[in-house]
Amino acid sequence: MSAPVTGTPAALPEELAAPERTGHRGSALVHRLFVVRELGILAALVLLVVVTVVANPRFLSGQNVRDLLLSAAILTVLAAGQTMVIVTRNVDLSVGSVLGLSAYATGTLLVVAPGTPVVVAVLAGTAVGAVCGLLNGLVVAAAGVPSLVVTLGTLYAFRGLDSLWASSADRLQINAADLPSGFKALGGARLLGVPVLFLVAVAVVLLVGWYLRTFRSGRELYGIGSAPEAARLSGIPVGRRVLTAFVVNGALAGLAGVLYAARFQTLDTTAGTGQELFVVAAAVVGGVAIFGGSGSVYGAALGALLLTTIGTALPQLGLDPFWRDAAVGALILAAIALDRALQLRLAARLRGRNARRDR
Amino acid sequence: MTVDTAPAPAAPAPAAPARRGRTLPAGSVITTFLVLFLVVAAFSVEGFASTRNAGFLLLDVVVIALIALPLTLIVVTGEIDLSVASTVGLCSAVMGRLWVAGLPLEAIVPLVLVLGGVLGAVNGFLVTRLGLPSLAVTIGTLALYRGLAFVVLGDQAVADFPRAWTTWAISSIGSTGIPTVVVPLLVLVVLTGVVLHATPIGRSLYAMGNSEDAARFSGIDVARTKLWLFVVTGVVSALGGVYWTLRYGSARADNATGLELQVIAAILLGGVSIFGGSGGLLGVIAGALLLGSVRNALQLVNVPSDVLNIVTGVLLITAVVAPQVAARVKGRRRRRPAS
Repeated sequence: MSAPVTGTPAALPEELAAPERTGHRGSALVHRLFVVRELGILAALVLLVVVTVVANPRFLSGQNVRDLLLSAAILTVLAAGQTMVIVTRNVDLSVGSVLGLSAYATGTLLVVAPGTPVVVAVLAGTAVGAVCGLLNGLVVAAAGVPSLVVTLGTLYAFRGLDSLWASSADRLQINAADLPSGFKALGGARLLGVPVLFLVAVAVVLLVGWYLRTFRSGRELYGIGSAPEAARLSGIPVGRRVLTAFVVNGALAGLAGVLYAARFQTLDTTAGTGQELFVVAAAVVGGVAIFGGSGSVYGAALGALLLTTIGTALPQLGLDPFWRDAAVGALILAAIALDRALQLRLAARLRGRNARRDR
Repeated sequence: MTVDTAPAPAAPAPAAPARRGRTLPAGSVITTFLVLFLVVAAFSVEGFASTRNAGFLLLDVVVIALIALPLTLIVVTGEIDLSVASTVGLCSAVMGRLWVAGLPLEAIVPLVLVLGGVLGAVNGFLVTRLGLPSLAVTIGTLALYRGLAFVVLGDQAVADFPRAWTTWAISSIGSTGIPTVVVPLLVLVVLTGVVLHATPIGRSLYAMGNSEDAARFSGIDVARTKLWLFVVTGVVSALGGVYWTLRYGSARADNATGLELQVIAAILLGGVSIFGGSGGLLGVIAGALLLGSVRNALQLVNVPSDVLNIVTGVLLITAVVAPQVAARVKGRRRRRPAS
């Protein structure tokens, strides 16, 4: 379909000429840009894997890949939740502490009541996270305090609560031997050779992605992030939506805590320390704009996978593992610079088209 | 100068505390709080009011207060720098590496300060020239600089610095118990305070934080000012790195990990708005001292260190929520007669 209603057809690049109306074409262009952006991360990921495999063929061995997917699962779940929050122009820095608290709570539950079914343990950990998220969301939405500040505060508070609980219960560390075997089996369980924990993460990403794309309230999250005031004036219940985003993110951080407990099986109160930065990094690398309004959960998930792969690939490439953080940092900077460039180009194109139409 | 004549309906909620901050001296609430806490602690916590303890307390606050100085200016302009603690770590690591390589400290210190300036300039360049959000940029450089610190020094520690330097770092003035290093810190505090509160540069920082466009239209070179702020923050963080290394007598790549959050907590506790445009240096210093004193007092009464984290978090949230709620209550009262 290259039958633009306005302007000079020759001036319109082939790829842009899609539906009838300009507005639709504009959004098609935006959509295409995101697809390109995600394909870009995917390409980077594939390139990294190929280079590593060339250097060390054992990189793609079954066990290695499974370890990689297991590590990525936790970060991916966190990144999926964080995306929902960042899209609304907020941020949740407390997820690392929520993960730690939930992991410890789950572990304690299983130690105290070894007969607890795995499903109940998973739900309990998720619920702990949801309560934390509710607290964050209430302060952010009701008191109107910037989320960066609130969640910086709860980053400390939840971590403190975690270690206070551990020291007052006189159980500073939970070891694998203390955990029931049913739960431990979850950590190593596979379905068709794929770790179950990774499948959980994939399911979470698909669910959140579906919600953000299809549901009216999901679309409204983007609206809030693009222009909070406009969203309010057009009747979107901003406070309630933001609160929901925080609760879901908290619940997912809680779930990540359960995954953490199942994977590592040795829990102390430092679990998840510093994760918040990697989570935000994964989302940003995945093309989620830090000031809200754009980005997808698939991108964030790919970002999480890429960050985890870098961590595992560097030693295989014969590089010092000390390079990992530096590589992650450089990747974040490259990603936001790329986003900025794409954004400027997109703006220029849309402006150009509108100018032609107005003529 | 009619910056503040905007009618009430045009001002969004977050602007309210800013205006209030200008009528009340900025940070007076937190300063009052600090004084009250010090008085109560002096009477109720055994050993709190001793010179020895005051010395310890101040030593622990020095680096946080030092880095908070330039970072406050950055936050006032509406930007943020999360990479300060990684700059401390990288500078500490480089300091250790150069010392092992045989350079004298007299040469190392200036080199490290220059390095800090370069690291800050990288942040500033990305933010002001490429127009990238400082939050994302400095999360990136937080990882990058910390990573480079590990590349430089690995997981080893360099600890054989000359005694003369390391003892100076923890020495005190005569028998007062006040650390020597507080003197240069005070000079920097006064200097920063004068720049922020008594010069056109300081006024321009608030202007930028309130409305960058308005600041630009009134002839302020926003990009260049911000670039220099990031450079200065880098240099001061490097200075913090040098001091940290000497104070603990050990150069390590993981020095000061997570310190950025404590510095930012002190700044926000001190009443500086995260959105920029309001707050003052007095409050920030009080905020840093309050955090340090609460920690110190709790340690003295043997409260487990876990509670400290809870207290820090709750203090931070209360400090931000309280004025917000107060402003809302006041706003509601003001609006009622109008409608």
